[in-house]
Parts: sequence; structure tokens; C-alpha cells
Amino acid sequence: MNTAVNRIKELLGPEIAGPGLAFVAVMLFFSLASPQFLSSATFGSVAFQLPELGLLTLAMLLPVLTGGLNLAITFTANLAGLTVAWVLQANGGVDAGMASFILGCILAIAVGAATGVVMGLVIAYTRAHPILVSLSMMIFVRGLGEFLTRGGDISGFPAFLQPIGHGSLAGIPIPLLIFIVCVLVWHVLLTRLKLGFNTYMIGSNIDAARYSGVNTRKVLVLVYTLSGAMSAVAGIIMLARFNSVRVGHGESYLLITVLACFLGGVNPFGGFGRVIPVFVALVVLQLLSSGLNLMGANQHLATAVWGILLIAVMILRWFAAQLMIFNRRKG
Amino acid sequence: MRKLVQSHATEFALLAVIAAICVVLSLATDSFFSLGNAFDLLNTSSVNIIFAVGLLVVLIAGGIDISFAVAASVVQYVTALILGYIGGGGWISGLLIAGSLGILLGAFNAFLIHRFRIISIVATIATFNIYFGLLMFFTQGVSIYDLPDWLTDRVVLFEHEMADGTWAEITLPVLVMVICVVATWLFITRTTTGRQLYAFGDNPEGARRFGINIGAMQFIAFGWLGMMAGIAGLIQAHYAQEVVPNALYGRELDVLAAVVLGGARLGGGKGSVLGCVLGVLLIAITQNGLNLLGVSPFAFKMIVGAIILIAITLSNTSIEKLLPFMRGARR
Repeated sequence: MNTAVNRIKELLGPEIAGPGLAFVAVMLFFSLASPQFLSSATFGSVAFQLPELGLLTLAMLLPVLTGGLNLAITFTANLAGLTVAWVLQANGGVDAGMASFILGCILAIAVGAATGVVMGLVIAYTRAHPILVSLSMMIFVRGLGEFLTRGGDISGFPAFLQPIGHGSLAGIPIPLLIFIVCVLVWHVLLTRLKLGFNTYMIGSNIDAARYSGVNTRKVLVLVYTLSGAMSAVAGIIMLARFNSVRVGHGESYLLITVLACFLGGVNPFGGFGRVIPVFVALVVLQLLSSGLNLMGANQHLATAVWGILLIAVMILRWFAAQLMIFNRRKG
Repeated sequence: MRKLVQSHATEFALLAVIAAICVVLSLATDSFFSLGNAFDLLNTSSVNIIFAVGLLVVLIAGGIDISFAVAASVVQYVTALILGYIGGGGWISGLLIAGSLGILLGAFNAFLIHRFRIISIVATIATFNIYFGLLMFFTQGVSIYDLPDWLTDRVVLFEHEMADGTWAEITLPVLVMVICVVATWLFITRTTTGRQLYAFGDNPEGARRFGINIGAMQFIAFGWLGMMAGIAGLIQAHYAQEVVPNALYGRELDVLAAVVLGGARLGGGKGSVLGCVLGVLLIAITQNGLNLLGVSPFAFKMIVGAIILIAITLSNTSIEKLLPFMRGARR
């Protein structure tokens, strides 16, 4: 029994406190405030909306853990979506077959990974600040997408894409399933693999990591490559959800993904943070926006409340830290 | 001379690049090298330069601010409402209102950062969402076109008729921009507080032990940026002759890229007003030149992004590697 509890504690870590508390607070508040909140409709909408933001947040998470940022994720996702769209259109548009979709997905992930490789190489070899490198990559990728599409959108995809965006398997939405699989992959990567361990090492202290024999350059390149590839997965899901691709879809998610990471207890300087608390934070954000929607507010108010929530969690964390210092002095 | 070049390496590199681009563009197009075009460039980049010198102060103090562009939108909107309420006003009252509102919003950031020890990027991403969400929620995205006459009337400070009969004009935004640039330059290089900002940005703990008031530094840096953002917001409303709530959304990252291109360091303690102005101008000149060359506007961002990416890569790859003869001189 005790070992099981310890296992769970180990799985969640101390970071769960913030998002966990927020989850309970949000659930309590909305179940009292709105009678329709505790219904399958709410959770259905959360389940369908979660993956887009969630996958992008996963893409943001790895660079944040190394003490960086990847500001290019949303436009990389758009570019990956465009890649799929072009492959489908080149193979007959609405009549395109499954094979061309799979080919499109592979190419899309390759495109996403390619942007990541370039960023990773620049960051690892010149030690330029990741914010700056990914920012210029973001401007470049956005420009490339706008140049190739002339700012328009591409739509008209085969019917078999419909289930990927809107279908359910055994009652669970397919996008959510894909998202959960990605969450598990990231969790295993960060807790079980050498790459994950080295990611944390680099985030804590990159020089110490290098002196202890970690190939920091290789790890950084891999981290940004994986981040780019995950953005591409998000782009494919967005294509299936909206049934169209346009550069700028999901643009407003960019800073929300950073917010979700911080809300999930990830250290802004890197080195500390887990996948599961970030997942809980994402659920909290979506519940908040669905709950506010039910009460008649729009997405903009939800955005403001997300900001307030982040500050509230940060202030609570500060109080907790003060309290700990106080107790230690007393004892 | 050599000393001057070495101590201002970034500024001279930027100047050299700008000069090279100007020479190429003057030869390639007949309209680039003209007074009219130069004045146009100044008129259009005024707002960005005002933002940039404000952001520079925060970067020097070791912080980062994501929220200033949407803060400027908030200031714009509220100022327009206040001006409508008091019925008219003038440039003096307009700038005072906008500046004070900006300082207020900046001080809120500083309060969160200093009082609760929230890292500046976390705090300002949160306030970014709060400011923008609340602005869009309360305004419902409605623009204001009914502005006082003094605000929308173009003020021409200097004009000169060109040989072909068109007028080259310098308008009010340029004057405001010059005042802001000179004020910031005086502030950070010629006052004790300004030098303390550099010390604080370079080493906060050292600055604290030296007797510098840390809290005051945060409030001064973010207050200065807030004031500049407020002024820039009003000038942008003057330039566009309308107040659109999401007009400045997304501007923060463009300005950040330009400022860091100009040699400011993310992490604090480094940066100059000249470099920051040159950074904005480099991007503006590139866009202007591409326009005159007849390149599709959709390709602008792509090329600008690529240029910034290359510039960062080169500026971080140590100059010694590229120019071996400098190595001896540096030691």
C-alpha cells in the first residue's frame, strides 16, 4: 500500500500541488455556479478542444525544460499542416487515398523536425539565446507559409480525415487518444530515457552537464527536433479538426502554451518539471474556458482569467515558500 | 578608433550591414536613395523605435516584457475614451494621460515581479493575457474611429518639395521618437539611476549588496517601458487615425527581435540606444528595400526572419573565428 502511494507521489512530484489545487478549485466553483457544468457535454467539449493546445504545449515543454523556449511551434504546426494539404491536393484533393495522407504526415513531421534541427544547431553551436533563435525562426516560418499560400487557406480534404478530428473510439475522442499517447511518450522519454535525464541536466546547469560528459550539443539538437516534430503532429490534428489550413491558425495558442507549462510547475529557468502536472494544468485551462462559456462569457474573458490564474498560482507558491522559510527558522 | 570599434562591435557591425544594404538598394532601385524615402522610413518606424528604446531599458535591467504591446493597446483605447469624456484635450494632456496609464500598467508588472518574486517572463506572459483578454472582452473588439481632430490631423514639421513634385515630409511621430530616444539615452548613460540599472541587470545580488534599491530598479525599468509603450500607443493611434484593439497584438515579438539584434542581451547588463535604433532601422530598411525591389510582400517576413537568424548565428559565432587578426588586438 505504502509503496503504491510512494509510486504515485513519485509519478506526480511536488509540482502537482499548484495545478491540482487549481483543478479542485475550478471544479468546485463551476459545479456550484452553473448546473450544466457537471455534464457529459462539458467534458466532451473539453476532450475535443484539449488536444490542439495540449500537443503544442508538449512541443513547448521540452525546450522549456532545457531552460529555453520554442516560439516557432504554432507556425511550424501551420507549415506541417500545409505540407499534408499539398500532398493531398497533389494526389487528387477530396479523392486522395490513405497512402497519400500517410506520406503527407511523414513529410509534415520531417518538415517540423527540420525547423527544429536548424534551431537546435544554432542554439547548440553558437549558444545564442533560444528566445531569439526561435523568434527569428518563427518570423521566417510564418513568412514562408504566407509566401507559399499568399495568406489564403487550403481546404477540401478526403472524408476519411473527418474521424481523426471529430470521431470517437469507444467513447473517447480520437484527437484525445492521440494526445494521450503523445503525453505518455513524453512521460516515458523524460523519466526513463537517457535523453530525458540529460534534458533535465542541461536545464539545471549546462556547463556542469557538459563537464560530466553529456554531449550537450547533441541533446539540444534532439530536444528542438522533437519539439518541431511534436508541433507537426499538432498541425496535423489542427488540419483534421478545422478541415482547412491557414497560416495563423492557432497563433494565439503560442503564449498560452508557455503559460500552461509554468502553471504545471515547470521551472522557467529549466531543469524541473513533469509531464503529468502540465497535463492537469491543460485540463484546468480548458475546464475554465468551457465553464466561462457556459456562464455566457467569451474566449477573451477566459484568456484574461487564464492570466489571472497563473499569477494566483505563482503568488500562492511564493506564500508557500515564505511559510517554509518561516517554519524552518522556528524549528 | 580601434578601441571604439571594439567596444561598440555590434553597433559597427549593424552600421556596416545597413550601409551595405543601402548601397545595394541605391544601385538596384532609383527610388531608394531619396529624401522622400528616407523620411518615409523614419515616419513609419517611429512607433517601433519608441517601443524598442523602452524595451531596451527592461532588457538592460535583466528582465523581459511580453506585455508592452498589448499594454499600449489598452492605453490607446482608454486614452481615447478619456479624451472623449473630457471632450477634446490636446497633445499635452493626451501624452500625459497615455504616459501615466502606461506607467501604471508597467508598475503592475514590476509589482508582481518584485513583491512576489515572479520571474519577469512568467509575470508578463500572464499580464499579456490579462490585458489583452480584458481589452477584447470589454470592447467586444469594436474600434474607435471618432477621435479628436488634433489627434488625427497630420502635423508636418518639415517639408521639402522634391524635383518630381512630391513632398518629402517629417511628421510629428518622428519628433516624439527623437525625444524618446534622446531621453532614454540620457537616462541610461548620464544618470546614476541609469548606471545602477546596468549594474542591477548584470548582477542583481552584487547590486543589492552595493546598496542599490532592487525594488526601485524594477519599478523604474518597467515604469519607463510602460511610459514609452503608452506614448507609442498614442502615436500609433495618431498615425493610423483610428484605435483598433488588436492592432498592436503580436508587435512585441517583432520589437524584441529588433532590440536583441541591436546588441541588447537577454539576461541583462548590456545594450545601447544606438544599437537598438539601428536594429529597428535594419529591419525597416530591409522591408522597404524589398518593397521597392518589387518583391512580393508575402515574402518580406520570410526574408527578414532569415536575416535575423543569420545575424544571430554570425554575431554569436565569435568574431575572432571569422577575423583571426582581431585576436591579438583583443587581448
